[in-house]
Amino acid sequence: MSDERKLSYGQAFNEAVSQMMEADPDVFCAGEDIGAFGGVFGTFLGLQAKFGEHRVVDTPISEQAIVGLGVGASVTGLRPIVDLMFMDFICVALDQIVNQAAKLKYMFGGEASLPMTITTAGGGGLSAAAQHSQSLEALLCHMPGLKVVMPSNPYDMKGLMISCIKDNNPTVMIKHKRLLGMSAVVPTEAYEIPLGKGNILRPGTDVTIVAYARMANEALIAAAELAKEGIECEIIDPRTLQPLDTDLIVDSAQRTNRVVVVHEAVRFGGLGGEIASQIQELAFDYLDAPVTRIGAPFSPVPFSPALEQHYIPDAKTILAGVREIMQRNVIRG
Amino acid sequence: MEISTTKQFDLHRRMVRIRLFEEAAGRLAEANRLPGFLHLYVGEEAVASGVCGALNDDDHITSTHRGHGHLVAKGGDFNRMMAELMGKATGYCKGKGGSMHISDTSLGMLGANGIVGAGSPIAVGAAFANRYRGRGQVAVAFFGDGSTNIGAFHEAANMACALHLPIVFACENNEYGEFTPRHKTMAITDIVDRAAGYGMPGVIVDGMDVIAVHEAAVEAVERARQGGGPSLIEAKTYRYYNHHGIQNLGLKYRPDEEVATWKQRDPIFTFEDRMIENGVATREKVDEIWAELRQDIETAIQFADDSPYPTPDQIMVDVYTKSSTTIGTKS
Ligand SMILES: Cc1ncc(C[n+]2csc(CCOP(=O)(O)OP(=O)(O)O)c2C)c(N)n1
Ligand SMILES: [Mg+2]
Repeated sequence: MSDERKLSYGQAFNEAVSQMMEADPDVFCAGEDIGAFGGVFGTFLGLQAKFGEHRVVDTPISEQAIVGLGVGASVTGLRPIVDLMFMDFICVALDQIVNQAAKLKYMFGGEASLPMTITTAGGGGLSAAAQHSQSLEALLCHMPGLKVVMPSNPYDMKGLMISCIKDNNPTVMIKHKRLLGMSAVVPTEAYEIPLGKGNILRPGTDVTIVAYARMANEALIAAAELAKEGIECEIIDPRTLQPLDTDLIVDSAQRTNRVVVVHEAVRFGGLGGEIASQIQELAFDYLDAPVTRIGAPFSPVPFSPALEQHYIPDAKTILAGVREIMQRNVIRG
Repeated sequence: MEISTTKQFDLHRRMVRIRLFEEAAGRLAEANRLPGFLHLYVGEEAVASGVCGALNDDDHITSTHRGHGHLVAKGGDFNRMMAELMGKATGYCKGKGGSMHISDTSLGMLGANGIVGAGSPIAVGAAFANRYRGRGQVAVAFFGDGSTNIGAFHEAANMACALHLPIVFACENNEYGEFTPRHKTMAITDIVDRAAGYGMPGVIVDGMDVIAVHEAAVEAVERARQGGGPSLIEAKTYRYYNHHGIQNLGLKYRPDEEVATWKQRDPIFTFEDRMIENGVATREKVDEIWAELRQDIETAIQFADDSPYPTPDQIMVDVYTKSSTTIGTKS
C-alpha cells in the first residue's frame, strides 16, 4: 500500500527536507517567505510548524546574505539549506556562490568543507518574463567546486534532494517551476540517488535524447510519438549536471549512433555544447550524424505567451529534431 | 505650502487613474485574461501621485515589481499599458516585458523591475547622467520597505550621497515584503532611519495623504535640483490586495481588520472629502472625473483586446541595438 503512495514534485522536495531535518539537528533552512508562509511555491509548507522558527528561518530579502549565511554556517559545522526563491536571483548572490561557496575548500588547502545546499526554482512557461523564467544552470556547472542537480520527476526529486543535503560540498538543487505539481509514486523511506549518476528514462535503439528537468518529460512525449513511426528513442536524463554522467551518455551514443541534446536554456553556451563536445571526443567514430542541440533562441525569455510558447523547446521541437537527425547519414569511406 | 487648485486636481486625477487602471487589471486577471504575475498598487496611489506630481516630464523614475502606479503617475498611456499586460504587440514593451517590466523611457520611466532592489542603483545612474549633462533633471527611485534589506539599495544610497547626486529615494513602506511582515526582516520600524547612515536627510510622511507626500516630494526634488544632494522620503502606506493577484481578505499572513483600518484612510476618498469640504471641488465634479477616466479604461481594454499578439519572428528582435555610428555626434 504505502509504496503506492503518490507525491507531487514539490511534496517530494518537502519530504526530503523534512526527513533530513529529523535525521540531523544540524540541518536547517533559511530563505524568503519559507517559514510561516511555506515558500511561494509551497515547497516548505509545514516545516516551520514542525521544526520551529530557529530551524526554518524567514530571512530578509537579501540573497547575498542568504547564501553567505549558508557558507558561514556550513564552514563552521552546520548543514544549511538556503533557498533563493527564483533561479534568476542567483545573480544577486553570485559572489557568495561563485567566489566563496565553490572555492573555499580549495583555497584553504582542503581545510574546510561546506555541506550546504542552495535550493531554487528555474524554468519558464509561466509568462513570468525575462527575470523570473531563466535556466541558468550552465553558469553554475562552469564553477569547479559546485554540484548541480535538476530533477525531472518526484522520485528523482526526493532522492536527489536527500543526496544534496548529505553531500559535504555545496550543491544546488534546481526545481523546475512547471514540474511542481507533477505527481508520481515516491517511497516513504529516505533514499538517495547518487549525485553524478544519470538515468535511462526510456530504453531505445535508434537515437539518444539527452534531456533533463522539464525537457526530459517533453522528450518522453516525443518518444512515444516517434515510436509510432518506428523510431525508438533512448532517453538519458543525467539528473545531475555537475558532475555529469558522461559514461552513461557516451555508452548510449555508441549504441544508437545518433544524439539529440535538449535543454530549456539558451542554446548558445548552454550545457548542450558541453555534452555534444564530450560525445564527439569519446564516441566520434560511432556517430552517424553530428550531435543535434536543441535549446532556446539567443534572446531573453519573452513575456507574451504568444512568444514564449515558441521560445521554449517542447515535444514538437524535439520531434522535429529527431526526425531531422534520422535523415542524416555519414558516408563511411 | 500652498497647493493650487489645479495641482490638487492634478494629483487627484493621477490617483484615480491608477485606481481605475489597477482595478481593471485585477478584474481581467480574475477572468484569466492577463498572463503572468500581477502586483497591484491599489491603496498606495498617493505615493506615486504625490511624488510624480512634483516632477517634470523629463525627470526620471525607477520603479519596482509593483510598477503600474509609477508609470500611470508619470503620465503613462492606458492603451499601451493594457496591451502590454495582455502581451500584445501594441503594448509598451511590444509584449516582451509584461506587467513586471512595463516602461516608457520617453516619459523618463525606466521600468518596473522584477529584481527587488535593482531600481535604486539605476536611478543613481540616471541622476549621475542628469547632473553630467547639467540640464537640471532629477531622478527618483521608488522602492519598497522590503527592498531596503538588499545590498543594491545600500550601495545606491551610499554612492548617491558620496557623489552628492540629484536624486530622491521614495520608499513605499507598506509593512510587508510578499507574505512576511516587516518586523520579521528588520530590527528598525522606520525605513527613514537608514538615511542618516548615508548622510542624507529623511522624512516620514503619511502615505495615504497625497498632499503630505507631495509637499515632502516638492522639497526633496527642489533640494536635488538645486544641488543639495539626495534625500529619502518614507511614505507609510498599505497595499489593499495580496502581494500579487487580487485577493484582499482572508490572507493568512495579515488580519482582515488591518485591511479595513487602512481602507478607512483611503488616499483618494479622503482627499476628495477634503477637496469638497474646502470648496475646491464638488461631488459632481469628482463624479465627472471618475466617469471620464472610466471611459478611458474601457477604451484601453478595447484597444488591447483588438490588438494583435506579437508574431514569433519578434523573439529575436531587440536583443541588441544596432551598432552605433553616431559617436561624438550627439550634442
Ligand atoms: C532579488 C529578489 N528577491 C526576491 C524577489 C521576490 N519578491 C518579489 S516582490 C518581493 C517583496 C518586495 O517587498 P517590498 O520591497 O516591500 O515591496 P512591496 O511588494 O511591498 O511593494 C519579493 C521578495 C525578487 N523579485 N527579487
Ligand atoms: Mg513592502
